[in-house]
Amino acid sequence: MNPLEFRDPVRARQLTDALERTVNAIGRNPVSVMHVCGSHEQAIARFGLRATLPRALNVIMGPGCPVCITDMPEIDEGVALALQGVRVATYGDMVRVPGSAGSLADARAAGATVDIVYSVAQAADLAREVKEEVVFFGTGFETTAVATAAVLLDDPPPNFSVLSAHKFIPPVMEIVSEMPGSRVEGFLAAGHAATITGSGIFEPFVERHHIPVVVAGFEPLDILAALLRLTEMIRDGQAAVSNMFPRCVTRDGNRVAQEQLWKVFRPIGGRWRGIAHIPNGNLRLRDEFAHLDARKRFTIDVGALWHRAPSSLVRQCICGNIMAGIASPGDCPLFGRECVPESPVGACMVSSEGTCKIWHQYGGVPDLRAPSSNDCLRCVPASPGTTDVKGGVA
Amino acid sequence: MCLGVPGRVVEVDEMTAVVDFWGAKRRVRIDLCDEPVQPGDYVLNHVGFAIRRIPAEDVQTTIELYEQLLRESTGQGPEDLMAADVRAEIEAGRS
Repeated sequence: MNPLEFRDPVRARQLTDALERTVNAIGRNPVSVMHVCGSHEQAIARFGLRATLPRALNVIMGPGCPVCITDMPEIDEGVALALQGVRVATYGDMVRVPGSAGSLADARAAGATVDIVYSVAQAADLAREVKEEVVFFGTGFETTAVATAAVLLDDPPPNFSVLSAHKFIPPVMEIVSEMPGSRVEGFLAAGHAATITGSGIFEPFVERHHIPVVVAGFEPLDILAALLRLTEMIRDGQAAVSNMFPRCVTRDGNRVAQEQLWKVFRPIGGRWRGIAHIPNGNLRLRDEFAHLDARKRFTIDVGALWHRAPSSLVRQCICGNIMAGIASPGDCPLFGRECVPESPVGACMVSSEGTCKIWHQYGGVPDLRAPSSNDCLRCVPASPGTTDVKGGVA
Repeated sequence: MCLGVPGRVVEVDEMTAVVDFWGAKRRVRIDLCDEPVQPGDYVLNHVGFAIRRIPAEDVQTTIELYEQLLRESTGQGPEDLMAADVRAEIEAGRS
């Protein structure tokens, strides 16, 4: 296949026309679907796809940014460890995420040693080079957790341990679907996470909730085709899993990686920032790996951080509602004003996969419905950095 | 953090491979891959780990998609978040 076909405006128009017909046939307004992937939101926003969708189709970004859903007490654990004098290594995005009393960047400014690593393997290598204790603050979904698992299974150095804030996506889909007032009628699942778990992991969810799930790639036409498939399934009342990203995803996924993941981690319940307690949504080290678990190795005194109340700005942040799909960045009084990428108030403005940062960069719903907007995919989205976005996506 | 990047395997030892990402060569772990990896294969890389060997018939499509993404983002104007994430994956740990 010619890759340019993925961005062919004629094919895109055919898909959006078919989407329009399908959504009309459903006959409800809005029809709300949710994706759970920061890269999907990047693609939707950078190509201005929302402006090409039927007005009645509401595509919501759910809790798909691993940085954003890391709970504040988890950030606090990392900050407290660093302030206790333990060397903390983590992914770059995590450093600026505010905890209840500052971020890891603030800890570093206060004299703590915080290393930014690209890979957990680099953090283990760092521990091999130094004598002091090195804690890898591990965040991210299953795609990233498998890397942490592989390093822990590969004879890590004795001064290395892991503070796991890893999360597991499928359980949060259940919670979002069960939330009172949930509007979600279908899910787009993230292609690369499903590379690990396989599309089959969503089958029990579909059976329980009778909500269709479509695994989608990251190109505009991948996403449009997946949305069409999803709305067709909604129209037909068909609850099933459909894999629209077979280039990367199989039904069974990567069994080698899954085996390593579950050898090291066990799912437990825990809070996702701003959303809810998610049963089985957090990945913690199994007891066999207690000696590599920073929570067991150190006494982490997060209480010492909590004498400082969060700032009034943090209390106004609505990141949680945005990630639960019940608010849009434009609904937040801070968005684009007090909260900007240079000085983020909430986590969604920090990460390149956060809804607020993405909308701030590209505009959320660029209004491309002007008469000359026939080839929307060739249009430039609303001017970047704009704060002038519509509040809702419907 | 979630978007993997494809690269071509240059050499392989037991647990790792040197992979060429558009001229940036980097050693990545291959122990999470569910298929044996040979020089000349393409793998999808995520945070220093190959998570999938890209089937031969999909290599061309996959690579060209990324090339187009990188080409369209010229570095002029505001940061393109998706291309920036891909670039960060390519540049990180460059040897």
